[in-house]
Amino acid sequence: MAESNGENNGAKKSTGLLDRVRQDVTELKETFKEKGKEELEGLKEPEKSQLFRSVFRVKHDETPRNRALSVLSNVFFHLHPAKVNRDAVKYKYTWGMGGITFYLFIVLTFTGVLLMFYYHPSKVQAFRDILYLENDVPFGKLLRNMHRWAAHLMIIAVWLHMFRVFLTGSYKRPREFNWCIGVLLMVLTLLLSFTGYLLPDDQLGFWAVTVGTNMARATPLLGTEGPFGALLGMTPYNDVRFALLGGSIVDANALLRAYIWHCIAIPLIASIFMALHFWRVRKDGGISGPAPVMLESEIKEEKGHRPVVLRPSGLQ
Amino acid sequence: MNWHQIWEVASAPDNVPIVALLFLIPFYTWYAFHQALENDALIDKLSADPALAKTEYRKTEPWNPKWEKEVHTWPYLMRIELVAAILVTVLLMVWSITLNAPLEEPSNPNVTMNPAKAPWYFLGLQEMLVYFDPWIAGVIMPTLIIVGLMVIPYIDANPLGNGYYTYKQRKFAIWTFLFGFIGLWVLMIVIGTFIRGPGWMWFWPGQTWDAQRVEFAVNRNLDQIFGVNGSWIAHLMPAANVAYAPILARIIFGVFPLILYFLVAGYFSHRLLLLTDFSRKIFKRMTLLQMVTTELFLVLMLSLPIKIILRLVFRVKYVWVTPWFSI
Repeated sequence: MAESNGENNGAKKSTGLLDRVRQDVTELKETFKEKGKEELEGLKEPEKSQLFRSVFRVKHDETPRNRALSVLSNVFFHLHPAKVNRDAVKYKYTWGMGGITFYLFIVLTFTGVLLMFYYHPSKVQAFRDILYLENDVPFGKLLRNMHRWAAHLMIIAVWLHMFRVFLTGSYKRPREFNWCIGVLLMVLTLLLSFTGYLLPDDQLGFWAVTVGTNMARATPLLGTEGPFGALLGMTPYNDVRFALLGGSIVDANALLRAYIWHCIAIPLIASIFMALHFWRVRKDGGISGPAPVMLESEIKEEKGHRPVVLRPSGLQ
Repeated sequence: MNWHQIWEVASAPDNVPIVALLFLIPFYTWYAFHQALENDALIDKLSADPALAKTEYRKTEPWNPKWEKEVHTWPYLMRIELVAAILVTVLLMVWSITLNAPLEEPSNPNVTMNPAKAPWYFLGLQEMLVYFDPWIAGVIMPTLIIVGLMVIPYIDANPLGNGYYTYKQRKFAIWTFLFGFIGLWVLMIVIGTFIRGPGWMWFWPGQTWDAQRVEFAVNRNLDQIFGVNGSWIAHLMPAANVAYAPILARIIFGVFPLILYFLVAGYFSHRLLLLTDFSRKIFKRMTLLQMVTTELFLVLMLSLPIKIILRLVFRVKYVWVTPWFSI
């Protein structure tokens, strides 16, 4: 109805329309000022905005409750406990190597995915792709360098992490099993690095992988040159090295297999073990120390049966 | 002296991590021992004064009863993680801008790299190939290293030193680990990187890596050194099979040094577990399975340096030669 009225009015006297518009504009000017002020006021406290609150589930003020919630209610941070031992946040105890290892894994995933855009795992293309990456892709050289050096750094960080965990006795009860997962993660890190070595398809990678996989030939029972391998019917065409390379020489199939292990299979397996590793860190009581020192006189004599490693738990 | 050679190896971009390890491992070993000795002093003080032990904070960290024992993860831990991530990123950026990842010629099965080296972290295994056949160096030893690391928590019966650095309370464990990690693993990598040149021959630092160098194989098997030829066993065999006498004699002969080694090294590692009053106390807590596993892995770990000495000093190739495998 209002619309048709407006049309009628407009048709009868055009001055009325101009008045209406003028009036609307003046009104809008005032509303604009008011709402603009409101908006500017709101910008002073962005954390109270609907947008902010829809993203973050809790207030980020300095109340203990919200400090705890900002960790616990965040999917990326919730692996952390709400509070940590005040002495454990010092560098000297942990050396930060576990966290750095995980961060490097993220860096490697990120740079690795970018590298995958420029790489074909085929004998014809692989080496040319690296040349293309190094010479033509913007920041391609930097990308490849970062992936390479982050991989090396990750191995160093893993070793130093293990060194620290050993020297602080952190593998002791109740963290025995998590140490074992850690050992497997270290092996996976080495395998990740090793499978990546072949991918540029240059002399360095080719001969390193040739040397490495030649050892598989000597696997007892399963390798053609290993003890009792030949007796069990192992040949270069059916032994464990053949399975690794997808052939009897390091060639196109080996390149494809290395690529799939490197980009998909091992990262997936490692991710599962990492989830387990971090989860167990929390379940086993968080970071191991620095714990109060224990004295020799305080070693408890075990009562009754000692906890035997391999006894069925029902019998303990 | 050819110092350019050693510089060439040390400055190869792919060898940067090993050069870094040469500094990082001594630093972190010192860093750990520095804290361990501080804690040991505190342990001594508390052991001497049981009354103090009941009230003391028992850490070398500064402590005030008014302080809370725990701090909020946000922000006290999260900000450290952020700073660490930034520092690592900066380090990586600088490293990636200054040094290029190596790229050799396209792979060519007809042109062998000399020396053909594995990636640096596997050079310890490749160096082991000098002393053992591939099935031991490349398959058995890596498996033993992995399994050996994984059994550590289950064979360590010492309840002390859980969650703090200490040397005094864990001497045996720490020496064993340092021997394995630094003495065998890292040192072998360093040898594999810096010492081994073309043909995997031994070149001292300062020697030129001469691809034309020829080394005469002077290594002999233990049975050759002892002159085992099977003549004594041939008398007992049917005439048709006499040709097999030397082989059979070698098989029988080789078992004895191995048994001898396992007995002597086993006893030696057993003595290690009983070295001090404290270690005897821990030994009493060990179960039979823990004892046997510990000693077995010690014996197997010791076999590497023993074989290195046999090989490099006494020029022994194999101890036990059989038609199927040799050790």
